[in-house]
Amino acid sequence: MSTKKRVAATVNGDAAEFLCEPRQSLLEVLREVLSLTGTKEGCNDGNCGACSVIVDGTLVNSCCMLGVEIDGCEVETVEGLARNGKLHPLQKTYLEETGMQCGFCTPGFLMSSKALLDAHPDPSERQIRHWLSGNLCRCTGYDKIVRAVQKAARMLEAER
Amino acid sequence: MNKPEKLPHFRVVGTNPIRPDGLDKVTGRAVYGDDFKIAGMLHGKVLRSPHAHARIKSIDTRRAAKLPGVRAIITGADFPKPSVAMVPMGEGGYVDMNDTADNVIAKGKAFYDGHVIAAVAADNPHIAEEAVALIDVKYEVLPPVMDVRSAMAPGAAVLHETFNPGAFFMKTHKVLPNASRLELGAGDVARGFKEADVIVEREFTTETVHQGYIESHICTAQWDERGQVTIWTTTQGAFAIRDQVAIVCAVPMSHVRVVPLEIGGGFGGKDTAYIEPLAAMLAKKADRPVKVVMSRAESLRATGPSSGTFIRAKMGAKKDGTLVAADLSFAYEAGGFPGGPIAAGVLTSITRYNIPNVRLEGFDVLVNKPKVKPYRAPGATQSNFAVEQVMNQLAEKLGMDPVEFRIRNAMKTGDRLILGFPCPPVGGVEMLEAVKKHPHYKAPLGKNQGRGVAFSFWFGAGLTSSAELSVNSDGTVQMCTGSCDLSGTRLTLAMQAAEALGIDVEDVSPTIGDTHSVGYTLQSVGSRTTFATGIAVYEAAQKVLKEMAGRAALLWETDPANVAVDRGDFTDMNNPAHRFTFRELADKLEHSGGPVSAQSTVTPERVGFQLAAHLVDIEVDTETGKVDILRYTAFQDAGKAVHPDFVAGQIQGGVVQGLGWALNEEFWYDAKGRLCNASLLDYRMPIALDVPMIDVVILETPNPGHPFGVRGVGEVPIVPPAAAVANAIYDAIGVRMDALPMKPGRVLQKIKEQKSAAA
Amino acid sequence: MHDFQFVTPGTLNEALKLLAKHGASAQLLAGGTDLIVKMRVRHARPDLVLDAKHIPELNVLKLDGTGLTIGAAVSCRSIYLDERIAARYPALVDCTALIGGIQIQGRATVGGNLCNAAPSADTIPALIALGAMAHLRGPKGKRQLPVEKFCLGPGKTALRKGEMLIHVRIPKPAKNSGAFFLRFIPRNEMDIAVVNAAAAVVLDARKTKFISARIAIGAAAPTPLYVEDAGAVLADEPVSENMIAEAARIASDAVRPITDMRGTIEQRRDLAAVLTARALRGAIDRAKRGNR
Ligand SMILES: Cc1cc2nc3c(=O)[nH]c(=O)nc-3n(C[C@H](O)[C@H](O)[C@H](O)COP(=O)(O)OP(=O)(O)OC[C@H]3O[C@@H](n4cnc5c(N)ncnc54)[C@H](O)[C@@H]3O)c2cc1C
Repeated sequence: MSTKKRVAATVNGDAAEFLCEPRQSLLEVLREVLSLTGTKEGCNDGNCGACSVIVDGTLVNSCCMLGVEIDGCEVETVEGLARNGKLHPLQKTYLEETGMQCGFCTPGFLMSSKALLDAHPDPSERQIRHWLSGNLCRCTGYDKIVRAVQKAARMLEAER
Repeated sequence: MNKPEKLPHFRVVGTNPIRPDGLDKVTGRAVYGDDFKIAGMLHGKVLRSPHAHARIKSIDTRRAAKLPGVRAIITGADFPKPSVAMVPMGEGGYVDMNDTADNVIAKGKAFYDGHVIAAVAADNPHIAEEAVALIDVKYEVLPPVMDVRSAMAPGAAVLHETFNPGAFFMKTHKVLPNASRLELGAGDVARGFKEADVIVEREFTTETVHQGYIESHICTAQWDERGQVTIWTTTQGAFAIRDQVAIVCAVPMSHVRVVPLEIGGGFGGKDTAYIEPLAAMLAKKADRPVKVVMSRAESLRATGPSSGTFIRAKMGAKKDGTLVAADLSFAYEAGGFPGGPIAAGVLTSITRYNIPNVRLEGFDVLVNKPKVKPYRAPGATQSNFAVEQVMNQLAEKLGMDPVEFRIRNAMKTGDRLILGFPCPPVGGVEMLEAVKKHPHYKAPLGKNQGRGVAFSFWFGAGLTSSAELSVNSDGTVQMCTGSCDLSGTRLTLAMQAAEALGIDVEDVSPTIGDTHSVGYTLQSVGSRTTFATGIAVYEAAQKVLKEMAGRAALLWETDPANVAVDRGDFTDMNNPAHRFTFRELADKLEHSGGPVSAQSTVTPERVGFQLAAHLVDIEVDTETGKVDILRYTAFQDAGKAVHPDFVAGQIQGGVVQGLGWALNEEFWYDAKGRLCNASLLDYRMPIALDVPMIDVVILETPNPGHPFGVRGVGEVPIVPPAAAVANAIYDAIGVRMDALPMKPGRVLQKIKEQKSAAA
Repeated sequence: MHDFQFVTPGTLNEALKLLAKHGASAQLLAGGTDLIVKMRVRHARPDLVLDAKHIPELNVLKLDGTGLTIGAAVSCRSIYLDERIAARYPALVDCTALIGGIQIQGRATVGGNLCNAAPSADTIPALIALGAMAHLRGPKGKRQLPVEKFCLGPGKTALRKGEMLIHVRIPKPAKNSGAFFLRFIPRNEMDIAVVNAAAAVVLDARKTKFISARIAIGAAAPTPLYVEDAGAVLADEPVSENMIAEAARIASDAVRPITDMRGTIEQRRDLAAVLTARALRGAIDRAKRGNR
């Protein structure tokens, strides 16, 4: 077996140092090594977006990266969205607008939505659908997810 | 969205509170199948047949066993033969447990690409996967049978020498080596067609599709020294899994405890034991807990899809627009084992219209594909695709508006159904009138754009559910049910408890029990949870109120008959000064006989039919054949919408699944019967950019079979989209679609045929 | 996944040395969106994986007076987010902005797209139409190849043992030129092209005549196809629907598609014509608007 590698990264603002095998994906490392199981595996080949996280400000599929690749990087996962017991506006609006049913794809959608609003604070419906097209939801038909993002954008605008 | 008026006598039902489990789901805390871990857990991986149809000559596990880190290997030989044969499976179905057992792991013969051959437990999933690749299997490859027509043709390879036809709603009888059949009818079809002024006769095919839940199948099994196995799994029904594991692994039911975890989607596909018996047997052999995670490819290759079909439809009507005859024949894939949704497909095909002369015939056909499983209104989408297109064609021939034509023939409350009983209260005509009046129906369309309508029906299920309510001394209430929550039913059930008890929904704390902690409850399927488990909750609430009224009587030293209960307020009819709110009385329970709790197990029958009518606008790119969805309005009767936003969500989700089925979703097998598109890249479910906002119009014709008038809502929305889109394509460009999916290549082909016919 | 060693070379020399030493059992990892997925399904089993992202030469993204250099490890997203590049090479935005979803674009590279050599690869037709050159380095030194010569078959490239792609170089667009890429997919994103096509045109000063054109079609032959004849036929001809149709016909005749789960031979031939015409119209339109 190849020797495990030591990786040092920042995860949700905290320093995280860990050992992992090169063959472990970032998804596997988050879930199995760091016990951050909020990030989900839906397909393991980049097509469903359930494993979406943000690495150094860029939205990625954590299943299509190796854990060793995050050495020196900053990683944001769904567990880091709420701060000091306060939900992120997106978390609120996904709840209020019922932008989820089974909830399994929700962490990935939240991260994609956050990356979208970070880049485009006032997105059009088309822009929202474009940004979320790497995330599959089989329950909602997307309608209420799009509305949740629209509402969060308005809330964030009001906060500014 | 049109939200229904909140009826004045409801306090909680009809509002849109936030689901109590929501916080766990937006923070990543919720524990789904793969999020569950226990100490010492091994990881299982499965070896699957690469052949669609093959005899297993030998399995050699020696090389795999030598790999460091491998702890146990199992094959079909490790499983006992089931001691019981036919077992009821919900939704009126029966299955042969020998088939269930053989579907879990092949014994001698593999019936589809992906059929389980062996499984390995190892220290980590990577080692288990490497070990699986080291198992040597010798096969005698047999010719695969891949569609219903070739399976029914003379000389087709035979899957099973003998088989039990099984049943889903209705029994079928074996008539061909690979098929069983059912038939029902009314009147005289030949005479009916003689009376008809217009007749349309057509043939249709549809392809195999998958439920496509985003979370795959995942479970963990652990034994204790008493021989009791606990299984944590992601399922629509803990009891269903328990029963199957008990029979397949020959363990008493009392010794199988199934703990349902959060579930990442099911749509009918997650009440079958696939990996649970494997995990259990691996865990037993390794003497360690074992987790098994199905990959996406495995779940597409080997878990129950919905049937591909071949359908012949002939229908006739009189000049005045009255339907007089229908002769319909359906052949549905069963997969590698018998028992597909043929009866449901047949029965729902025309149940929403009054037709005096009818012959309906259905075939349940064995093919070398995974055993089909329910998928949202199982069987109905396929038959609707055929019948609703024929309806439009008849209307066109008659020169009638297609909605008007449907109104003319729509089944009404009290009409005699083909099943022989009178139609329970329905609002079909009102719904179709609402369609006609909706601005969408008359909105202008551009070039290559078209509008389609389809009208659909689904039964829904009653079946057994259990609930328990416990009143806390501070007036809050614990609620435990056996219904797995796929979409927010913890909340819709808590709302019904709150409504019945006259307390706030925030004061009801819902949980889902495991098979050792709650009464028998069938799966969350058949649109039944809010309806049937709702009734269980309501009945338990009535028991609680009755007991509490008794306590009030005790405290007031009066007869219980003198205590009036109204929305959680208790009053002494003989003494207006004697009043308790629910909370006040709750505080006094401990000292008046002890805390109150009540349990209820119900099996309601008066389910309340589901009706839906959909309107869709599309545009066809006539150079590529691609169809874009421009606008969508879905009308549906919810009976009583407990949580209108959730109802709308069910409808929107069903519509989009239906649109995927309509446009692109299909299993694509090569000539050898291997599934080529076992990934979410090539099994093309709709993405956010493929669909517009889905407008929803909720109508409410109360179901007298439920105390609040609730009907199931979850299933019927998937039924109309395929037919509605087909009708819209015809409206746009004048070609009639006769196959699903209506993928670009197929539409383009039709356009070319139209051009060459015109030339 | 199988077990492998992972190394992060910090210099080109280090990477070249390792490649030379380990030969075919070593593979570069750029964005990993092809390689990791392939390793997971056992279609690739390198013993050594070399992270390409810390090699300075592979991270160059530079626009200068004579053209554009795209280092082999530069992500699609950093290409289309660069406004200067987007303004000068909109066809590059067309293709880089539709690979996978936003998540994939953040990792996937043009270099990886090229080296993976899928017949359906979405950046390759645009690179061909734009006249891009692939710059390679190996044990025997440097060489360059026109991109249309780089792919030899599905998954097969002209890379020799120990050789790697350093960057692609796209010449500065000519005056009055325009380029356009599009693909046909059944969904509206997240799909593999049934057919894709790119066209680059140079028009005369009055924008009524073609001076030259380059057309490339993907997913319709074992490699992305440079259809030289389809472009050549336009030279010195008036900009007209007739000429567009003629080029489309030539392109459709030139393709050698197969039938698979994503489309049939007939459908792909039809699409080759339709997409060529649409790519040309898009390119002409951009040329008329100063390549915007
Ligand atoms: C969900 C999903 C969707 C996708 N959608 C699309 C799509 O729409 N269109 C499309 O074209 N592709 C698509 N792809 C495929 C893939 O994303 C692209 O081909 C991408 O451009 C590959 O780049 P990469 O940097 O990730 O390559 P990698 O995976 O890092 O590398 C690909 C191959 O190239 C080799 N390689 C990389 N760099 C070099 C180098 N410098 N020298 C020599 N060899 C090298 C690697 O060893 C490997 O064999 C998709 C993939 C996924 C997972």
